[in-house]
Amino acid sequence: MSDVLDAPKPITSRFDPRFETTLYAHVGAAGSHTLAYYQAHGGYEAARKALGMEPKAVVDEVKASGLRGRGGAGFPTGVKWSFMPPVDGRQRFIVCNADESEPGSFKDRYLLEDDPHQLIEGMLIAGWAIHATKGVIYVRGEYYRALERMRVAIEEARAAGILGTGVLGSGFDFDLILHRGAGAYICGEETALMNSFEGLRANPRLKPPFPAQAGVYGLPTTINNVESFCAAVHVMRRGAAWHAAMGTDDSKGMKLYQVSGPVARPGVYELPMGATFRELIFDLAGGPTESAKALIPGGSSTPLLPWSEATLDLPMDYGTMAKHGSMLGTGGVIVIPEAKCIVDAFYNVVRFYAHESCGKCTPCREGVATWLPKMYQKLLAGQGTREDLVVMEDMVKNMRGTAFCPLADACAMPVQASFKHFRHEYEHLVDTGTSMYPRRREWAE
Amino acid sequence: MHQLPTVTPFFADKQQLLSEILGRYPNYGQRSALMPLLWEVQRAERHVSEARVAEIAEILGLHATEVKGAMSFYGTYHEHPVGRYHLQVCRTLSCALAGADEMADFLEDELDLVNGETDAEGRFSLQFVECLGSCGTAPVLQVNDTYFERVSRSRCRALVDAMRRDALPEPTRERGGDNEAAEPAVATEGGAT
Ligand SMILES: Cc1cc2nc3c(=O)[nH]c(=O)nc-3n(C[C@H](O)[C@H](O)[C@H](O)COP(=O)(O)O)c2cc1C
Ligand code: SF4
Ligand code: FES
Repeated sequence: MSDVLDAPKPITSRFDPRFETTLYAHVGAAGSHTLAYYQAHGGYEAARKALGMEPKAVVDEVKASGLRGRGGAGFPTGVKWSFMPPVDGRQRFIVCNADESEPGSFKDRYLLEDDPHQLIEGMLIAGWAIHATKGVIYVRGEYYRALERMRVAIEEARAAGILGTGVLGSGFDFDLILHRGAGAYICGEETALMNSFEGLRANPRLKPPFPAQAGVYGLPTTINNVESFCAAVHVMRRGAAWHAAMGTDDSKGMKLYQVSGPVARPGVYELPMGATFRELIFDLAGGPTESAKALIPGGSSTPLLPWSEATLDLPMDYGTMAKHGSMLGTGGVIVIPEAKCIVDAFYNVVRFYAHESCGKCTPCREGVATWLPKMYQKLLAGQGTREDLVVMEDMVKNMRGTAFCPLADACAMPVQASFKHFRHEYEHLVDTGTSMYPRRREWAE
Repeated sequence: MHQLPTVTPFFADKQQLLSEILGRYPNYGQRSALMPLLWEVQRAERHVSEARVAEIAEILGLHATEVKGAMSFYGTYHEHPVGRYHLQVCRTLSCALAGADEMADFLEDELDLVNGETDAEGRFSLQFVECLGSCGTAPVLQVNDTYFERVSRSRCRALVDAMRRDALPEPTRERGGDNEAAEPAVATEGGAT
């Protein structure tokens, strides 16, 4: 009993004096993208430490830290690393998913631009842990500045013996391939990314086999998000216990949350997991600049939550979001103002997925890419009927779990949530032919 | 190498670049060079013509239709030339909440173009795109490789005027959130000294 009482309380607020920013601590500082800056701030110490340990011990450390993947699905990172098959002489790959294109997400971009060595170090640690001597960083093609900075950072690291043969004076060889995407959201899906990297159309692959069995070029591969690799650096540097002391039961460590929409100071903020929406939106981002009616917790694929005092007090962690019918996703919070028509807002969301559908499977090609946007257009033209709403709800229900990859769910789930919480706006539109919230001028002079 | 009668191969005088690109990938994965090769051509010629498709296929030992098949999947490669100033407007939700639809309308009117078109002089082309990963500094306008963020109406108008004079300004670096002010706003690549 007294053990429980004496155990220190986990850190779940940025205002806890024990909390320190790490992932994002150097973003924006002058010269933060250079090797000299990185090394002057403890850079590559964690990699040295990892290289002095058995690979399996590194995997165990990451497991013990409770780190979960920051690319959206939240899969435990150390567990993923342990899925790699036994070493059998074949080339093995560690891949970084830097395709970041989930609407509302923009954290990876600043990590790539302003702290490229942090990512290189994280990939080096992961490569050692899974016995992969080659890494691939797949960056979305529009991130020109990020690609340039990564390219230069990789060159710097090669010249300094941090990449190449016998890295950091160890017996381990490791090098990176920087690869540019070309404007397709579906490339963020891990198997589509691998096809794209191989010069193919970016259609997702059937799973299983999972990447650990057959990934890039059919070889054993582990893929993680940019932020996951960066977090692994700090896990190695400061230890699993340090990481696990932050967050809630099922969500450990620190996270880069993003806020966009009408708030005073939109942007990326680093908080311990389990901090509340209130802390993010009010204490850090300065609060909404107009009355709000909903928030999207983790990128446009995650179902919205109605705006309320209770919602604002929810901790932003995996379990709580699931319990409330949503997901933490990428931590990209979008605030929806009262004056925005929900039908219009979700037409925008649907249009995105329609544009990004790869067309491979029927539910998504017909539902997401074709009929759903047409139905929204009909509603917004004031020509919808109550029956149309029933058809739409039925359609999205049938898209759930029936498509080849999660993209169709990523479209269906938020639409379902918009119906659940804002059906009255849809009904007002079909009954009166006009939106409850007509379009207004939103563009600043 | 097979040469089309009237076209000098794009990579003919760029052997160093070509071998650098091919050298990035393992022998068994040379096909990975497809996207970088397409990108070099797109960037230099503002589109990828049939002849270039054939050339890239030849380099990689693929059929032209395989190159086309991959190329047509991605929004970045164009069959017809885009303008010297290729304007890409993000219209996804966070940008829409900050006026992206109005910016799109404004640019269509101002440039007398609709989505997907290039003007007769080949100066401007307009493309509506999806989330550019800049939602915190919405709305965003991408001009060729460069992001212009927090583009207000007056800023958008000034940008168009500047491009008409071929005097595109350096973008200011916008970030928002943590460490917003950590870097001088005017710092540009290579460091403003
Ligand atoms: C349609 C779709 C798009 C995705 N886009 C991204 C992305 O842009 N970046 C990313 O890291 N993960 C993305 N993911 C998740 C990846 O498939 C994968 O789960 C992730 O990269 C694994 O890394 P993590 O375990 O470190 O999170 C996407 C998934 C889907 C289904
Ligand atoms: S769900 Fe959509 S994106 Fe995924 S495989 Fe099917 S068509 Fe392609
Ligand atoms: S919504 Fe426009 S950059 Fe993300």
